[in-house]
Amino acid sequence: MYVVTARGLTKDYGPLRALDHIDFDIAKGECFGFLGPNGAGKTTAMGIIYCFMPPGSGTVEVFGMSVTECPSRIKSRIGVMPQEDNLDPDLSVIENLTVYARYFDVPARKSLPAAWELLEFVELKEKAKARIKDLSGGMKRRLLLARALINDPELLILDEPTVGLDPHSRHSVWEKLEYLKSRGTTFLLTTHYMEEAEKICDRVAIMDSGKIITTDSPSGLMSTYGGTLEDVYLRLTGRSLAA
Amino acid sequence: MQLKRAFRVWQRHFKVYTKLYRSSIALNFVEPVLYLAALGLGLGAYVREINGIPYIDFIAPGIIASSAMFAATYECTYGTYVRMEYQKTFDAILATPVNLGDLVAGELIWGASKSMFYGLIIIIVISAFGLVASPLIILAIPMLFASGLIFAEISMIFAAVVPGIDSFNYFYTLFMTPMFLFSGIFFPLDGLPPLVSKLAFFTPLYHLVNICRSFSAGKPSAAIQDVVWVLAVALILAPYPFRLMRRRLIK
Repeated sequence: MYVVTARGLTKDYGPLRALDHIDFDIAKGECFGFLGPNGAGKTTAMGIIYCFMPPGSGTVEVFGMSVTECPSRIKSRIGVMPQEDNLDPDLSVIENLTVYARYFDVPARKSLPAAWELLEFVELKEKAKARIKDLSGGMKRRLLLARALINDPELLILDEPTVGLDPHSRHSVWEKLEYLKSRGTTFLLTTHYMEEAEKICDRVAIMDSGKIITTDSPSGLMSTYGGTLEDVYLRLTGRSLAA
Repeated sequence: MQLKRAFRVWQRHFKVYTKLYRSSIALNFVEPVLYLAALGLGLGAYVREINGIPYIDFIAPGIIASSAMFAATYECTYGTYVRMEYQKTFDAILATPVNLGDLVAGELIWGASKSMFYGLIIIIVISAFGLVASPLIILAIPMLFASGLIFAEISMIFAAVVPGIDSFNYFYTLFMTPMFLFSGIFFPLDGLPPLVSKLAFFTPLYHLVNICRSFSAGKPSAAIQDVVWVLAVALILAPYPFRLMRRRLIK
């Protein structure tokens, strides 16, 4: 059973073609990754899945519903961890979770205990009353992850979850993701870190210039093309990911 | 658009407001009282009466209207713009079941609520000073909301099209300040060239001033025309903030 199905998905920004007829399926319980450099179309594909922008052409179904017809119902079952910090600076750490829960119609008697539980999970319990601007970069990423989980989502969408983090914070986020994965959450993540793709993803779609070049498991890719995932990427796209 | 989801946005703003109310209430409430004191007492010592009414009594109901106006416009120009462009609060909210239509409706209803609330504070203050002749001023409260909706709509239309936050200077200098000065708050427009009152007819503040003044004098029937104007314009403008915000935000 597929959680996300995309067929012929195309998206243009003016003259720029961000996505060019891409097809992919994400199965329930799997961790699916979009791997590619900045500008490859990863964030656009994700934005369409969580109904932030409409597809140009082609179809995208999430939980069997069309993204253009049922955005609210789809979004109620998704958690999104964005690439940039869009935490609410007018609210404290814990209020960021409880106010967010309200958008999902989670009543306060449920959201408050859930918020504390999530703060414990992301190790921010002592910061519950802190202001957002007093958090470090790593803490903000962990709070964004906690916020994405407040509605107990069936599909978790992570846009570059560890970008800009020091190695210690990065491993701390990976640990959380691995725990969630062990509980059967479906993931969609974008990354341009090979290590992240290898460590977390069951399957990766290698993207370049709005197209999916190939889709396979990291180990499958490495045995087909030889070398590390980095080498595979270099061979398929003719350029290095680090760029 | 779904009203319940719009209310979720309203609740977020209300929560933030109740956290920050001490600082923001001072800004919005001290200023009108200063106008009332400076002009009502200062200028009033020389002007004495307008249309047989003591000068401070003449301007007091107008201050209700201007206070309501500034509350919604600040909220839906600077407030909306900061949430949209700097804090990315809109992006965060749009990843939840709240859709763009719900979000815009929430912003507008919040702006209108603030108009009503700030107008109400001034009603209480000027009543305490004995500057309101009739308890019928209470009936103006829903009209503060309806006019607040117009101010919120105009502000959000502007917020949806400006290239940057500095552009609001144009909005305030070229639109808000003239409207404030020539709305009939400080002097009747009859003495000016007829073009002025003709132009004033097209501004919402002029009508809200008439409503507040007539209601506080106990003659609501004198402002029927203004009530109709406000309700009609609030309705007519409603689709535009939604349309323009969609154009700005949905790529």
